Amino acid sequence: MAETLIELSHLSKRFVRRLDFAERLANRLGARIREETVHAVDRVNLSVREQEVVGLVGESGCGKSTLGRMTAGILEKSEGSVSYRGRVIDTLTGTEARRVKLNLQMIFQDPFASLNPRMQVKDIIGEAPLVHGLISRSERDGYLDDLMLRVGLDPEFKNRFPHQFSGGQRQRVGIARALAVKPEFIVCDEPIAALDVSIQAQILNLFTKLREDLGLTYLFISHDLGVVQHLSDRVAIMYLGRILEQAPTEELFRMPNHPYTRALLDEVPSIDKRHRRFAPVKGEIPSPLNPPPGCHFHPRCPHATQRCRKEPPAFKEIGSDHFSACYLNEER
Amino acid sequence: MNRGTETLVVEDLRTHFFTRMGVVKAVEGVTFKVNAGEVLGIAGESGSGKTVTAFSILNLVDPPGRIVDGKILFKGRDLLQADEESLRELRGNRIAMIFQDPMMTLNPVLRIDTQMTETVLAHEKVSRRNAFERAREALGQVGIPSPEERLKAYPHQFSGGMRQRVAIATALLHKPDLVIADEPTTALDVTIQGQILYEMQKLCRDTGTALMWITHDLAVIGGLADRVCIMYAGRVVESGRVDDVLDRPMHPYTRGLIGSVPSHNRRGQPLAQIPGMPPSLLHPPQGCAFRPRCSRALAMCEQVPGMIRLPDGRELRCFNPHRPES
Repeated sequence: MAETLIELSHLSKRFVRRLDFAERLANRLGARIREETVHAVDRVNLSVREQEVVGLVGESGCGKSTLGRMTAGILEKSEGSVSYRGRVIDTLTGTEARRVKLNLQMIFQDPFASLNPRMQVKDIIGEAPLVHGLISRSERDGYLDDLMLRVGLDPEFKNRFPHQFSGGQRQRVGIARALAVKPEFIVCDEPIAALDVSIQAQILNLFTKLREDLGLTYLFISHDLGVVQHLSDRVAIMYLGRILEQAPTEELFRMPNHPYTRALLDEVPSIDKRHRRFAPVKGEIPSPLNPPPGCHFHPRCPHATQRCRKEPPAFKEIGSDHFSACYLNEER
Repeated sequence: MNRGTETLVVEDLRTHFFTRMGVVKAVEGVTFKVNAGEVLGIAGESGSGKTVTAFSILNLVDPPGRIVDGKILFKGRDLLQADEESLRELRGNRIAMIFQDPMMTLNPVLRIDTQMTETVLAHEKVSRRNAFERAREALGQVGIPSPEERLKAYPHQFSGGMRQRVAIATALLHKPDLVIADEPTTALDVTIQGQILYEMQKLCRDTGTALMWITHDLAVIGGLADRVCIMYAGRVVESGRVDDVLDRPMHPYTRGLIGSVPSHNRRGQPLAQIPGMPPSLLHPPQGCAFRPRCSRALAMCEQVPGMIRLPDGRELRCFNPHRPES
């Protein structure tokens, strides 16, 4: 088995809304207003092996983007650590820290918001490798041409600004920018969700090709199970800040274990499932401000017992490389 | 309930936008029909004219847009000849629309009960008490728990999925003959989307309402619709029964679109992508709009292909289609 490249352990993120002056004053006078805390990510463990694609799936608000941002190092963690080849990134210093952080890059969902509208493409892509001394100024043009060709852009376009490109082309610029510093690991945060169907296929094919050519490792975040199934080697299912199930892709889609995963797979529309009778999952996704105690899925789960309401089940291995957090596995 | 009768017939609809930069032919000769109790899926990428078609049916196209030609027959009556007064009678009453963003339907400063009873009273002479009862019933029908209390809430107190349900409940208040749903579940999560599809499907089955479901997601259409129209650059390029079109696509664009959907392909292998991107409608390619992206284009494709009707009820705009069995 390949070496572990990235390991997240007990990674948590809490967003706290501090009390404002009026509320603090009210508290002095005896009101009991408390700070609101959102547990966006709650003690998540996840490892990504070298040259592997791990798909992270969840519905909106489950914390998958927050997890991706912490992994890429652009968001402070509240708790836990991210390790790179067995070494905790926060303990590294100096040039070594910089080298490791350059190795972790990110591609964002919205190709309209993630590119600076006032910068030319040659600066968007070429600035970082120049600053970090990966290339010299004289090498820049050749380096840019190579990169742009690699992501399927015409090098003629390098003097253009982002608004002169279509959505799919902009996403290619975002990909070239991430590749410019020669990373090993890329966090892809819903990189195709904002694109048209026929363009989505082009970008997905580009991801597959880049991975083969450059030996890249991806953490691929998406709400689209079809896309994740297509691209990933392993899949992790996230719900309200916790990972509920994790397994190799084929196994997860063949024998999903957690009731939430099963419900999710049933609900996913597929071009092959015709004239369905929809039988929906009950209830709403609870607010992360006030998550239910115990297993977060219990209010919507058809198998929930008293125990599920009290204590969250442990994340246990139930088969080779297949993990799930559900009490049902203990009864068998 | 007269299942099978034609609720809506659209014939050769053309809606153009007369902008300063030129004429944008957003809808250029669209023909289809929806029967009572039937679900028609309209699929296409952004800019293919799906939403403009929907707005044209309700005559809601704003300047610089104008319906320049065509017929829209609703239960035999031509809506393009109808005056504003009788259109207002139909909108929200016999024809209802559900938008992608429920906040387009809901007024943020009014309570749900105010908005829903207002909708009832706009078209029927009933008591306020009665209208409130109707609203409560409708909310219960779309699966909103404790509708009595929820009616007193404002739209911002609902989640996205709940708001869309309120919008759907409002659309269904008068048991319309036709519901036009414009990407109503695109912004929602998978499990919530499942709930809404379930409600809509039940409605069509139970009341014989005709449903037009507009989306870019072929997978949703596969699960929900009876027939499908595939649109490209303002025209319907292929239409027919869902099983025929999705299993044996004949138009190269339909085939490309289906090949682009990941779950349909085998894992890890490259997807059959369509090269290039959708054309600008300001300067569409001459002839078949798909020609520059098409691998089967012939010299004759520089003419606009006409609609061909096939024995299985399928309609097709292509000079060189794939054979249905391959």
